[in-house]
Amino acid sequence: MVRVAEPKKRNAMVHFLVRLVKEKPLGTVGAIIVVALLFCGIFADFLAPYPMSEIHLKDRLQPPSVNYALGTDHLGRDILSQIIYGARVSMIIGLSATALTTVLANLIGGLSALLGGKFDLIVQRFVDAWMCIPGLLILLTVMAIVGRGLLQLILVMGIMGAFGPSRMMRSAVLAIRQNVYVEAARAVGCSTWRLFWRHILPNVMYMIIVGFSTSVGGIIMQEASLSFLGFGVPPGTPSWGAMLSQEGRKYMELVPALSLWPGLVLSIVIFGCNMFGDALRDLLDPRLRGGLGRYTTTKAAEKQKKLRGRWWA
Amino acid sequence: MWAYATRRMMLLPVTLFIITITVFGLMRIVPGDVVDLIMVQMTSSESRSREEIIDRATIEHALGLDRPFLVQYGDWMGGIFTHFDFGESLLSGQPVSEMILERLPVTLELSLMTVVLSFLISIPIGIYSAIRQDTLGDYAGRVFAIGMMSIPNYWVATLIIVYPSVYLGWSVQMEYVHLWVDPLKNLQILAIPALMGGIMSTGMTVRLLRTVMLEVMREDYVRTAWAKGLSERTVVLRHAMRNAMLPVVTMFGGVLAGLFGGSVIIENIFNIPGMGRLSLQALVQRDYPIIAALNFIFSILVVVSNLVVDLSYAWLDPRVQYK
Repeated sequence: MVRVAEPKKRNAMVHFLVRLVKEKPLGTVGAIIVVALLFCGIFADFLAPYPMSEIHLKDRLQPPSVNYALGTDHLGRDILSQIIYGARVSMIIGLSATALTTVLANLIGGLSALLGGKFDLIVQRFVDAWMCIPGLLILLTVMAIVGRGLLQLILVMGIMGAFGPSRMMRSAVLAIRQNVYVEAARAVGCSTWRLFWRHILPNVMYMIIVGFSTSVGGIIMQEASLSFLGFGVPPGTPSWGAMLSQEGRKYMELVPALSLWPGLVLSIVIFGCNMFGDALRDLLDPRLRGGLGRYTTTKAAEKQKKLRGRWWA
Repeated sequence: MWAYATRRMMLLPVTLFIITITVFGLMRIVPGDVVDLIMVQMTSSESRSREEIIDRATIEHALGLDRPFLVQYGDWMGGIFTHFDFGESLLSGQPVSEMILERLPVTLELSLMTVVLSFLISIPIGIYSAIRQDTLGDYAGRVFAIGMMSIPNYWVATLIIVYPSVYLGWSVQMEYVHLWVDPLKNLQILAIPALMGGIMSTGMTVRLLRTVMLEVMREDYVRTAWAKGLSERTVVLRHAMRNAMLPVVTMFGGVLAGLFGGSVIIENIFNIPGMGRLSLQALVQRDYPIIAALNFIFSILVVVSNLVVDLSYAWLDPRVQYK
């Protein structure tokens, strides 16, 4: 009797990680940075040498020393500790605002595309109009009414940021709606909600995942910009953007390192998030499946490289 | 095409109405308004006797702030459409249209310079990255692109201002010189801010151009060009690049519209008297007419530039049709 070979069993998650490391070295670096951010954020209390925002007035504006690894700022706070606690703030804001944006964008875009007709038209007009309103204005209004705070910041950034991705989601769902299985589901009496949940959502899942990881970088950048302008986190909360803000500028001319470290860490974190999001997209996008995700086959590319005779280009 | 354009333009008033009414309403809800600021100014600047200190209600009445909301809104919109009068600044009394006209050329110039510099840097890198795919040059290009998208431009601007002044004794010019006063000095002053403002869009352009170029290079007409024996330079520059530019132009339209809204951060850091700085000042001081006017102009610019970009697509690519 012929014995049929069984396909090798493999764990999807492990296989994904192997692919990540093998094919996307830069993406792996990005993933490591993201993990480092999460680690610093969760274990900030144990990692930071000094408690959050602790002031040592007699040690103001010190250069790096044994006591203060990166020096102190104009109030005598240890810069390294501020950066670690700032990581926690960035992590919280980044993850929650992005989660809110993703959920809202899916609901708005997906339902708008599914229900279609007048509902779609009206919702799209509102989305268009809302996209033109400056987010800063809404944020100021909310802050003036309710006061400054982390929750307000997350809510406003999450809601205002949902309108852009909702359009992408809408076009994706419109494309999926053309498929025959959607029609078939409708024919057997599938409700809209069930259709959305069980048929549409799994097909846009990769887009959601990629969008999420890319948006985190954007939200962290946005929060830093707002804190830089003075409208972000409440004063006293450590934030990388706030450490770079204009009020500290006069002290920066005395101790330039004040401007270097927060910005550097901010850039590295956002860079890591973006790289990871990119690598994720390259790995998960179904259009790039069934190959190595390249436009030419490996053999042809290798041959061309050899013919050209240069190793760098 | 004209039918399409007209239909799109018909939606402009609706969008405009929603935006302006929302902005108008929001500014009224915010407590701590400009009247308080005026009163503080009055009581602290000159000493007045008790009887002369004007109370809050009089100020409000003089500025027209005690009328019902819809009346104020109607008055403002009427003023705009009849004689382009956007009202006066509540704080300084200067006509808003005057203030905007003063600052508009500056912002326009800065935006144009930003876009041009960004173009000049990103296009060669993007094309190179695409035609040498998966080589070291390509990786360098991609890292550059994502790096540009990740670095906050205010940080680089701060570094550029702080470090040279501490270590080299050279500082960035903070006094603005208009274009018609001294063109060379003006361009010098705007060069660094323009570079800073364009950092993010440079990164986005390199990525976009690389993606599109990769697709275009696999098209049939490019393959024909190779088969004809044309040099790489001709194929890339004359045949591939033209078609790859379309989405890039689209993106730049959007970027330009956003820049018109005022590169608030850059103008603040480098002390450039443009619309961005005006809008931040007005937001903080709750000067409603300025904010409403800036928003109005910005909304029109965004909607019109979206429309122009869409229409230009049909002009640039003969295959695109409009119903």
